Amino acid sequence: MAMTMTQKILAHHAKLDNVVAGQLILADLTGVLGNDITTPVAIAEFEKAGFDSVYDPEKINVVLDHFVPNKDIKAAKQSAACRSFCKKHEISHFYDVGKMGIEHALLPEQGRITAGDCLIGADSHTCTYGALGAFSTGVGSTDMAAGMATGKAWFKVPSAIKVELKGKLPEGVSGKDVILSLIGQIGVDGALYKSLEFAGDGAGELSMDDRLCICNMAIEAGAKNGIFPVDEKTLTYLKEHGAKEPLVFEADADAQYDQTIVMNLDELVPVVSWPHLPENTKPAADSTEVKIDQVVIGSCTNGRMEDMEAAYEILHGNKVADGVRCIIIPATMDIYKQCISNGYLMAFIEAGAVVSTPTCGPCLGGYMGILAPGERCISTTNRNFVGRMGDVTSEVYLASPYTAAASALTGYITDPRAALAANKEEN
Amino acid sequence: MNNACGKTFVYPDNVDTDVIIPARYLNTPDAKALAAHCMEDIDATFTARVQEGDLITAGWNFGCGSSREHAPLAIKTAGISCVIAKSFARIFYRNAINIGLPILECEEAVDEIKEGDEIEVDFATGTITDKTQNKSWTAQPFPEFIQNIIAKGGWMNYLRSMDNE
Repeated sequence: MAMTMTQKILAHHAKLDNVVAGQLILADLTGVLGNDITTPVAIAEFEKAGFDSVYDPEKINVVLDHFVPNKDIKAAKQSAACRSFCKKHEISHFYDVGKMGIEHALLPEQGRITAGDCLIGADSHTCTYGALGAFSTGVGSTDMAAGMATGKAWFKVPSAIKVELKGKLPEGVSGKDVILSLIGQIGVDGALYKSLEFAGDGAGELSMDDRLCICNMAIEAGAKNGIFPVDEKTLTYLKEHGAKEPLVFEADADAQYDQTIVMNLDELVPVVSWPHLPENTKPAADSTEVKIDQVVIGSCTNGRMEDMEAAYEILHGNKVADGVRCIIIPATMDIYKQCISNGYLMAFIEAGAVVSTPTCGPCLGGYMGILAPGERCISTTNRNFVGRMGDVTSEVYLASPYTAAASALTGYITDPRAALAANKEEN
Repeated sequence: MNNACGKTFVYPDNVDTDVIIPARYLNTPDAKALAAHCMEDIDATFTARVQEGDLITAGWNFGCGSSREHAPLAIKTAGISCVIAKSFARIFYRNAINIGLPILECEEAVDEIKEGDEIEVDFATGTITDKTQNKSWTAQPFPEFIQNIIAKGGWMNYLRSMDNE
């Protein structure tokens, strides 16, 4: 029977010739991931169950990224617990302050993921790695504990929605606008329990950073995973980042999909998702009456090099509006260093922004940019739920780095295309 | 599994894990400390009102958002004996099964159950009874594989029992 790309990867790792949607399987994992919030709970489960060794220290990744550098004593204890567990079990892919980055930007960058992998992470945005042609999905701490102990996880084989991308993105429109527009169309549970399988000539036109951003937010449509076909861009990316030999799977031509959605990339515009659900997507141009207090550019969704470039294109030589705090967070130390060497960091600071070392901090209302009652933030992060970035009466508007940066200059939600054109003309 | 019995708290669609347990409290894995802030950002009075055995009834996509297992853990530790929803977000669904928080999907029951109703759930048959309204419904049964995990008391115990076989 014909299979989707995701089903083929799952069948391979479950050592089965064929799988069908709805089937429950036990799959071998090529990797397991946890962070400073979810790993301590997994360690407790691991030890409570009486396991004394991990299945393969080489395949486990622990990244301290949510509350580091530690925001308080309790957070410091959680990091310490991760540190000593990794030392005890000789987990070498432990990323501490100084070499850490936001996990879903870091692992692809460090060559820890390759096409054809089957990976779980105790973080919902683990679905990011579908951009590299891998199956990866977010799970909880107990699954992480079991994965560390046995190298296995159970999965219900998902059916899929095919998203056929056509054409090419216009100037000032990015992968973030693609995924926010898609979620706006299908809703926050539109792909519940399913794969979002991207296809079409438009998929090949997208940069790797755009693909990573799009797969990252598959979970915001309820999806189990998002995935892109492997092409020359993927293979080049994997090679450049020192990833293991890829295993390339393709969907069968006659694979069954629950639904096919066609998106013309040429027709997309910069969009913003209004509070308090990512599905509340509206054109940025129709949101210009919204006055903002804060801007956040960063996160596992949009803290990559292209995102920094987008922010730079808009901000350099300009000033953040009075009364607006603009926080920029390169997602990894490598990206941070590149921002220094190519002058972005100085340009951001001269524009009136602040630049932090990598952290998930403000995205989940942890620290480093918490909102007061009634305050509004335009953010390149992934969730705008009630209280997500601070007080329950504060508001988060999700947008691309272009749109967030353009809004920082005006103090109101702003369509970035005019600012982009103006800045290009001046320079 | 014992039957669940208690009064019910009713919540809307898309209850996310950020309102179930806000990230500002995720600096500890301690279940009791988490339970003290359960549902805080959607219902500030929940922890003062909840009693051992009570239930939660909610709409579509319950538990969407973050993978934090702290969310089902906080609900379970607060004393909730079962969550009945129209549907669950997939990570929450997995986590609930893995840690042994009973959950059921039943659209019809959710449409009719009202805040404060006395509810009884028979897990063997999937029967949900609203004793206040004198009505009952039958929830979708779990697949056999999942039932086995629940019967063993969660995923870690299930794996351990497989080791011993």
